[in-house]
Amino acid sequence: MSGATFLPSDAVDFLVIGAGAAGGVMAKELSTAGFRVVVLEQGPYLTERDYTHDEIKYTYQPGLTNDPKVQPITYRKNESEQAKPIKAIEYGRQVGGGSVHFTANYWRFHESDFEERSLFGEVAGTGLADWPIKYADLEPYYTKAEYDLGISGLGGANPFEGPRSKPYPLPPMPVKSSGVLFERATKKLGLHPYPAPMAILSQPYQGRAACVHCGFCESFGCEMRAKSSTLVSVIPLAEKTGRCEIRPNSYVRKIETDPRGRVTGAVYFDANRREIFQRAKAVVLCANGAETARLLLLSKSKRFPNGLANSSGLVGKYLMWDNGGVAMGLFEHSLNEYKGIQVTRVIHDYYRSDPKRGFYGGGGIDARFDFYPASFALQGMPPDAPKWGVEYKKMLGTYFTHTMTLLAHTTSLPQLRNNISLDPDVKDAWGLPAVRVTFDYHPDDVATMQWVATKQQEILEAAGAQKTWALGISLRDNMPSRHLMGTCRMGNDPKQSVVDGNNRAHDIPNLLIADGSSFVTSARQQPTATIQALAYRAADYGIQAAKRGELG
Amino acid sequence: MQSTRRLWLSQCVGIAALVDIAAAQQHAHEAVQSSTPPTFQTLDPATAVEIHAVVSQIVPSTDGPGAHEAGVMYFIDRALSTFDADLRESYRKGMAEVQHKRKEMFPASASIAALPSEQQIQLIRAIEKTDFFELLRTHTVYGLLANPSYGGNREQVGWKLIGFEDRMAYQPPFGYYDAPGGDQ
Repeated sequence: MSGATFLPSDAVDFLVIGAGAAGGVMAKELSTAGFRVVVLEQGPYLTERDYTHDEIKYTYQPGLTNDPKVQPITYRKNESEQAKPIKAIEYGRQVGGGSVHFTANYWRFHESDFEERSLFGEVAGTGLADWPIKYADLEPYYTKAEYDLGISGLGGANPFEGPRSKPYPLPPMPVKSSGVLFERATKKLGLHPYPAPMAILSQPYQGRAACVHCGFCESFGCEMRAKSSTLVSVIPLAEKTGRCEIRPNSYVRKIETDPRGRVTGAVYFDANRREIFQRAKAVVLCANGAETARLLLLSKSKRFPNGLANSSGLVGKYLMWDNGGVAMGLFEHSLNEYKGIQVTRVIHDYYRSDPKRGFYGGGGIDARFDFYPASFALQGMPPDAPKWGVEYKKMLGTYFTHTMTLLAHTTSLPQLRNNISLDPDVKDAWGLPAVRVTFDYHPDDVATMQWVATKQQEILEAAGAQKTWALGISLRDNMPSRHLMGTCRMGNDPKQSVVDGNNRAHDIPNLLIADGSSFVTSARQQPTATIQALAYRAADYGIQAAKRGELG
Repeated sequence: MQSTRRLWLSQCVGIAALVDIAAAQQHAHEAVQSSTPPTFQTLDPATAVEIHAVVSQIVPSTDGPGAHEAGVMYFIDRALSTFDADLRESYRKGMAEVQHKRKEMFPASASIAALPSEQQIQLIRAIEKTDFFELLRTHTVYGLLANPSYGGNREQVGWKLIGFEDRMAYQPPFGYYDAPGGDQ
């Protein structure tokens, strides 16, 4: 926690809201380009010294994520239902955001992901659209992200990936037993397994030590600083410039505008719940796919009665979900999957949508294990296994060390009826309307998950599993959604989108919105690399626009 | 089995006279080893004995340590005193319903703890679909397998049961299949 200190009355060049995967990148890019930056983060400023291998803190309680006791989330399937408090969505809530506790999967989107409407055609009941940018527009920024943050992987090993200008900066992580079994099985089936690209250091990099394979990645903060969160990679570089102040425990309630309709800063609650107005020449909103939309809706005024940047009426709309399915297998010998990072091998053979299947969608499948002792005993066992008693205890003794998971990551179609809105009744601890989630699957989402589940089953059988089971694809199984995409979609037409192809709000020239909210489609999940590549690209644009004097 | 139950009861209700010398020494040893003092902050002893009877069936002490040896009751008491204080009412109501069910099924019985093991199992089968049982199961599992600093998983008996080693670092190979020769 070093860096600059600015007065609220001091109109800084950029006010970044949210210090997560995107906001951390923004902080570094804008401050190293010479601009004065304040970053407001609603959560605390923790470091590796605060993290522990404590399941109570991080799997039983929301140690690093939004706490519904303080910030309730309400959920309904459709508009005719009354929304009820349920933790339907989850996001990282500290400096570093979700990049602190994520599993660290770092997939680039494919070339086809940016033009699926053209390739596949219309899908009834959806707003499936091409992105206003292509893979080639983003490629330099994927590369920049991989080198700036520290990504381990094997360039060119995934035959379905788009062209890349450089290999990964670090070699892949060591393969685990799940990866060996998966590789053997998928090759037998004629598929193309490759080493998982991970935001985890396989070797020392830029002053940080390599991973020691402790196994506590997903849901946990890395005590070794080997997970390449923005907290340990780019945020220190931002602070080192002396031009960037990271301000934690700062919960923004409104973005303010002037009579010209330009943003002038934001009002936030500090740790003591005092309201403070921070002035800025431009605002960069990176608060995640749920909170970004909510804040825009909260920022309504006489001039913007439906919320900020919302002339299209699309702020909050087209919410896309963390779809997928879990298949598990028991093997003869021990895998000890709890050791080491979660994921080491992936296939993208079933990624691309194929009209011949009769539905839109596809998925990636990875071999992994993302359970810890208690979470496995509660959620990882076969559905037909006893849940208590002598036999349950006996099974735990074998299953924990002999089990692996195949996780499918599948399409979530953009539908207008799926959205983030302000709950009319439920308030958070600050008296602000709660996030209300309205979401239901598209029939093709379900068809995709069911189809991919048959592939997961084939792979487990080819791997020689003694027993296999699935954990289901019901909506409840896919809650909370951690991949929050689509609520401020990107597009060329201001009537059909919220931000333009450079992540600038169509309605407000000095407001950039860069996080999962600008996604037009969901690809096959694993949004972090694309969130960060978009942030690098939007930062480049913001820097040029500021230099031209367009943002002041 | 019987002596461990007596040991536990003695810790619970504090009747030292029931404890033989060996058990008392064991008790003292555990008290020193554990960061948790062998007293309850929230649960009253009579209720604790009844909850203990249920959690000891969720993970029994058959063929090695179970919920009892892990000190699951100390974990539950810690939870209800701290991060799950808002669940005290769920426990009060939930246990009242379990007692109601017990009286219905075994009218002559005095308590859950006093039921023969087979009848305890029958009683749990009758309540295993309830939200309260799922809460008890969740707490039992965390008491067995969470970090020992929360009062359960004593001497890491839960981790030993499932084969989890508590280390800060590992080196590959991690398992059989990623070891030399394991990929055949």
